[in-house]
Amino acid sequence: MNHSQGFLKDIQISCLVVGWLLSNTASIILSFRVWGGQSMTDSAPSWFFYSAEMIHSLFLINHLGDIFLEKHWKSVISRSVCDYFFEAREKAVDPENVPPVLQTPHHYLISIYRGKLFFLSVIQTEVPPLFVIEFLHRVADTFQDYFGECSESVISDNLVIVYELLEEMLDNGFPLATESNVLKEMIRPPNILRSVVNTLTGGSNVGETLPQGQLSNIPWRRAGVKYANNEAYFDVTEEIDAIVDKSGTTVSAEIQGVIEACVKLSGMPDLTMSFMNPRLLDDVSFHPCVRFRRWESERVLSFIPPDGNFTLMTYHISSQNLVAIPVYVKQSINFFEAGSCGRLDITIGPKQTMGKTVEDLKVTIHMPKAVLNANLTATQGNYTYDCTTKMLVWDIGKLNPQKLPNLRGSLSMQTGVPNPEENPSLNIDLKIQQLAISGLKVSRLDMYGEKYKPFKGVKYVTKAGKFQVRT
Amino acid sequence: MTAMQKLLQLPVNAVNMVKTVQSQVQGQEEDKSPVLTPDSGQQAWYSALQPDELRHLRSGGTGGGGGGGGGGGDQEERAPLEEGGGSGGGSSFQTQPLRHDDLKEMLDSNKDSLKLEAMKRIVAMIARGKNASDLFPAVVKNVACKNIEVKKLVYVYLVRYAEEQQDLALLSISTFQRGLKDPNQLIRASALRVLSSIRVTIIVPIMMLAIKEAASDMSPYVRKTAAHAIPKLYSLDPEQKDQLIEVIEKLLADKTTLVAGSVVMAFEEVCPERIDLIHKNYRKLCNLLIDVEEWGQVVIINMLTRYARTQFLNPNINESLLEEGGSGDKTFYGSDEDEDEDEEEKEKKAEVAAMAKRKPYVMDPDHRLLLRNTKPLLQSRNAAVVMAVAQLYFHLAPKAEVGVIAKALVRLLRSHSEVQYVVLQNVATMSIKRRGMFEPYLKSFYIRSTDPTQIKVLKLEVLTNLANETNISTILREFQTYIKSMDKDFVAATIQAIGRCATNISEVRDTCLNGLVQLLSNRDELVVAESVVVIKKLLQMQPEKHSDIIKHMAKLTDNIQVPMARASILWLIGEYCEHVPKIAPDVLRKMAKSFTNEEDIVKLQIINLAAKLYLTNSKQTKLLTQYVLNLAKYDQNYDIRDRARFIRQLIVPTEKSGALSKYAKKLFLALKPAPVLESPFKDRDHFQLGSLSHLLNAKAGGYQELPDWPEAAPDPSVRNVEVPEWTKCSSREKRKEKKVEKPFYTDSEGESGPTESADSESDSATGSESSSGSEESGSGSESEESKEASESEEEEEEEEEEEKKKKKKDLKKPVQESESEQSSEEEERKHQRKSKPRKSESESESDEDEESESESSQSESEDSESEAEVKKKKKPAESKPPPKPVKKESKKEKKEMSLLDLDDFEPAPSPQVTPVNTFLSNSLVTDLEGLSLSDSVLSPATIAPSSTLKSYELLHRITGEGLSVEYCFSRQPFSPDANMVAVQMQFTNNASSDTKNLHIEDVKLQSGMRVKEFPEIELLPAGETATAVMGIDFCDSTQAANFQLCTHTRKFFVSIQPPVGELMRPVFLTENEFKKEQGQLMGMNEITEKLTLDVKCRNEHTIVQRVTTAANLSRVPCGSDKECSPPLPPPDHPVHRFAGRTVTSGSLVLVTVATKEEGAAQLTVNCEKMVIGTMLVKDILQALTQ
Repeated sequence: MNHSQGFLKDIQISCLVVGWLLSNTASIILSFRVWGGQSMTDSAPSWFFYSAEMIHSLFLINHLGDIFLEKHWKSVISRSVCDYFFEAREKAVDPENVPPVLQTPHHYLISIYRGKLFFLSVIQTEVPPLFVIEFLHRVADTFQDYFGECSESVISDNLVIVYELLEEMLDNGFPLATESNVLKEMIRPPNILRSVVNTLTGGSNVGETLPQGQLSNIPWRRAGVKYANNEAYFDVTEEIDAIVDKSGTTVSAEIQGVIEACVKLSGMPDLTMSFMNPRLLDDVSFHPCVRFRRWESERVLSFIPPDGNFTLMTYHISSQNLVAIPVYVKQSINFFEAGSCGRLDITIGPKQTMGKTVEDLKVTIHMPKAVLNANLTATQGNYTYDCTTKMLVWDIGKLNPQKLPNLRGSLSMQTGVPNPEENPSLNIDLKIQQLAISGLKVSRLDMYGEKYKPFKGVKYVTKAGKFQVRT
Repeated sequence: MTAMQKLLQLPVNAVNMVKTVQSQVQGQEEDKSPVLTPDSGQQAWYSALQPDELRHLRSGGTGGGGGGGGGGGDQEERAPLEEGGGSGGGSSFQTQPLRHDDLKEMLDSNKDSLKLEAMKRIVAMIARGKNASDLFPAVVKNVACKNIEVKKLVYVYLVRYAEEQQDLALLSISTFQRGLKDPNQLIRASALRVLSSIRVTIIVPIMMLAIKEAASDMSPYVRKTAAHAIPKLYSLDPEQKDQLIEVIEKLLADKTTLVAGSVVMAFEEVCPERIDLIHKNYRKLCNLLIDVEEWGQVVIINMLTRYARTQFLNPNINESLLEEGGSGDKTFYGSDEDEDEDEEEKEKKAEVAAMAKRKPYVMDPDHRLLLRNTKPLLQSRNAAVVMAVAQLYFHLAPKAEVGVIAKALVRLLRSHSEVQYVVLQNVATMSIKRRGMFEPYLKSFYIRSTDPTQIKVLKLEVLTNLANETNISTILREFQTYIKSMDKDFVAATIQAIGRCATNISEVRDTCLNGLVQLLSNRDELVVAESVVVIKKLLQMQPEKHSDIIKHMAKLTDNIQVPMARASILWLIGEYCEHVPKIAPDVLRKMAKSFTNEEDIVKLQIINLAAKLYLTNSKQTKLLTQYVLNLAKYDQNYDIRDRARFIRQLIVPTEKSGALSKYAKKLFLALKPAPVLESPFKDRDHFQLGSLSHLLNAKAGGYQELPDWPEAAPDPSVRNVEVPEWTKCSSREKRKEKKVEKPFYTDSEGESGPTESADSESDSATGSESSSGSEESGSGSESEESKEASESEEEEEEEEEEEKKKKKKDLKKPVQESESEQSSEEEERKHQRKSKPRKSESESESDEDEESESESSQSESEDSESEAEVKKKKKPAESKPPPKPVKKESKKEKKEMSLLDLDDFEPAPSPQVTPVNTFLSNSLVTDLEGLSLSDSVLSPATIAPSSTLKSYELLHRITGEGLSVEYCFSRQPFSPDANMVAVQMQFTNNASSDTKNLHIEDVKLQSGMRVKEFPEIELLPAGETATAVMGIDFCDSTQAANFQLCTHTRKFFVSIQPPVGELMRPVFLTENEFKKEQGQLMGMNEITEKLTLDVKCRNEHTIVQRVTTAANLSRVPCGSDKECSPPLPPPDHPVHRFAGRTVTSGSLVLVTVATKEEGAAQLTVNCEKMVIGTMLVKDILQALTQ
């Protein structure tokens, strides 16, 4: 262990030396330029030469710390800059704890962690950090959208498309085209059929026609959309974020709602969606297509939808409102000083389910380190205990109100280690179909601007978000 | 130049020439020598090389043989890096040159598919960070390839390597130059994009020319690309700055949203100091903002924040002055308080008079424009945009309006953890300055065990900043759960936080201290150590009281090993040795024993302890001290040796020792000031929030300082635009212009001073309605003029608008009416503007011709917009202008402190608006129309503001001798006792002196009733407002609770009588449950009343709103059975159901409102408690019919 650290330090030192050498050469060139050109009238500060872009370079790093893709929008920045990041990564233990913004002598590193990958961007001058973070997430979203997932293998397989995408999304470090609809017109997402055809004919993924999307004032919708079946589906998904304390009282509870849309309508439809009870919506954010003013004045959503899947709006019902908690949990987890064992007893029952069944019920417990193994019996579903990650997962499935699921048994503990003081908290996952727990309802959806009659549908789902029971 | 031109004329595939250049260029191995700066091109590399390496490379290059690809030397270097990359599989260095040959062959072939395959492999190499520079000649030939994808990949390659191979890169330039002339705008744009991305100094003149041409291109997309190219050129050659500024100036004048974001970005990069360029475009940028793409919005908002800081006055500057004024006018208020309206009016007049004397603050209309136009962007899905607006409001808005951003920021906390991290940092800074803003969202900052540590610590920071007397108990309860966490770093931070709460809030100091002392017996050493450090700081505040804690800690020295904690304990014992006279010498004895094994900081403290004991108790400790000092004398650490030497001289009197030793006691045992535990985020707001510099708390390169507000506002007329034909700004601007150009237009304007006119302009039409009749007539005639010029189709639009207006008017209550109407109108207009060009665009084929057409249509719609404005101005003149909103408006603008005078203002009959909310800026009021949901944050320091809260007066300013108290039922569960109704009281001290010791005494209650008093408010400074929450158990009756409200000087008899609707809390029932319950509460328990609904109250949500305002009930969702079907139109006569339980006994209260034809309706209340039922029926009836 010590060995490898020493080795690492050596590498860092050598990198620094190289960096120093290079910065020297750079200054030589600079002065050379000054003589070569007429004369430097402006007494520009030194960073002027480095500035003029927001995002300078992007590195994709996998969980092992390998850089498997790099892209520079200006001159090349050495990979060695990532060493600062690796250092912070090592210190943080958990990848989630790596500070998103790091300062190095010459650069700033802003990174995000998505799907076991780090997206690390290098910047050199002042830029709002959220700007970069938001953009990086948009890049990750785009990959997800294109390839179905955002992982190293999939990116490596589609390196060229990835590169083309990055080229379009950022121009000189400033975001250019980030709308998925515009991008898809320029660079077609891969699919099996096309890749077969392409290999046979030498065709390409790049769109044949030049995209028009960027030119219109509706950059999110492409022109000339045609469907045989015109349909518009909306999924209202609500997630309950709650903290329930030991005694079962709710410490805080919020609802995070999102309306995902899948709109396949021909032409340029102009849609209006209204709610039975828009008063519920405490705080909202919209896809750019939604007209703000109309919402503010009439509380209806009026928009020309993008083609395909998109997130129409998200809303937030804050802890100040009354939030129904669908299940209650009776639990007792005890660790005994003597005998180095513990007992666990958990029962879950329905609370405010609005008469629906609770499905996909799952309890996840992150046990203290001292817990070696679990010997439990579940009346319903099955449980697993992972000794390395200390994760106890109890997969229950459907909640039967007549026969409440129960998990009980003993925990074997490491001997000689003091008992953990804290009981682990329970994280609960659940799903309730056909219910928006906040009571939100879509009352109607109207379409203007086109003649055909579309098929419309709304689906409601309630899920547990960050639902935590303290013990 | 000539050489370059020659190069440009070369045929694209000048293979021979390429070959010769190639062999020279081979040596540029880049992989192992990462380039840090953009400017290190070819020469850089050569000059950096060691001479013998150079030789090696050269010989390798020639030895490898002409076209053979890489020379031997650089192949060797590359080989290990190339492994595994590409399709080669098990490659060794022998195969390397072959493989590249392979690629070259493919590139030279005639088949596009082969070329494409080769290019794909090359791009993959680049992506993996491998060197492909030796392929440059082969690749560059394909720049003219017909296949789009090949072409694109060649571009990628070119941009990457052009800098290194400048001469060869020039071969491609002619292709791009041709592209710049292409009839297709997209090809023109992409040619410019690639051309400007090639960092080759020699083409700077070509780029400059291309940018200039593109800046006046017909297509906005090409102009956008030109704006993008500006910073690229600037970084390549800063000498072009002056010319580039010209281009920027030109593009800034562009009217399309497409260009706006990009050009402001260029402005920020090239000439952020040239703020004067913005003047003329300021209003346009504000108005375009909402339609600009999201990334551009961020840049524009950040730039406008800086701009506003240089151009406008600090909106909060007159606060202190106003407070004085407020109390000065008090006698005046006292003389007539009979009617609110009257008083309001006079108040306003008095203010105006006072203002005139004082040179008051009047918000520049342009400042207001910015605030209003950015506000909707808080709803953006893009976190960066939300943050940008939030910082703009934080830095620019009047105090009372900043609150709107809290909700949006809290929403971002649900986002990715990186976003959370940045947002929390900013919230932490904001919450120090404006605590009230985030207080209602306290619970959103509660910590989950699954949060990453860095998020936990930041949330903790925010919670600590938000802690005050009212919420400290809940916060401490939370902290208690956090202390048990497994995450020890987080526990340490929690202990620190508790320490900070304890120092800031004196009431809980003892509780916190006790809690921390308990932690001393914790098993985890880190926890103990951290507690010791914090306890040390707390004890310093009042050591006398806590000698037993010090004793307890002395015992800990045996066990605790953490140096910092040991040092802290020793310091404590030394400092307060007179409180523990017996233990201290013993501790020193033990420490002397282990001295040599201690850490340095502990050693230093041992010496300190010894010295202090020697001074106070030399009899017992003389020898020990000598011993310790001797040990220290030979310590390895020179600090410790020095300290020992110094202390020996100071405390041990010898013949040599001078005057100092006399003062040794004073030196060592001086009273030390208690430490101030401060947030690390204090004063961070001198950095622009949301910036990188703020996050790092250090100036980042290129950070533009946020300027201070100017003393006097610069001339606002610089923002006037000369050519009014197309200006899309509101008519305000026009009016202003007219004022400048024809001051004779209205007499009154000439007469009234600059402040007066500014005031009348201040916010759209209200100003003109308000101030003087002559001005009104002036604007009227003006509107007529321009009306004649209008076109018929636009008038149609307007008619629609007016219809809408009328409808709205019907719905709205008078107070709100004109304000909200006007702003909503304006928004509608904007909306129209937004949608109209869209429509025209969508119809068009987006060719250039159409482009210009759509542009013109836009300007048309803009005309119509100003038309509408004019008309609107006229309208209020025709219809009776309600006097009240005018007052409101101007009042708000001049004096947000008038918030405090609210209690004189009878709550309006409509449930939609509470007095508090009428104070929101007019843009806020827009939110209130329809549904007053979003702006609850505004009322300062409320715990649970729900905009439908009615406030009642408890103590009037006059009877309270300057102290006014109002209360409302916050409808929050009262946490200490669930059976109590929470009453939120707001104390305002209008007097000129401070009020102290506010508390409750002598509570007189009916039997069974109970009261939980609020904690005593120690000090309420003059002009300040404080909030407190008390709980009252009314026993489900409407009997009043009587008590005395005491200050340090006086007692006031007051009483709180609850409306029946407040005696219940909402419960959530489904329709079926509701019906079932209702079935059990028939007969005597059911009260039914027929009624005719008020005209304004026939739509669903007004009914719901009125009922829920009258009583604290929750709506029962209806029709929850038919979920998945496509949405049905609502039934014609819906039935509304509401449910609740009484607070004390928990009896169900069920309310049903069944609507029928023509406003007829039936109200049913089912409740076990018949008295409550009867009273509730009465109240709801009144709410629905008035």
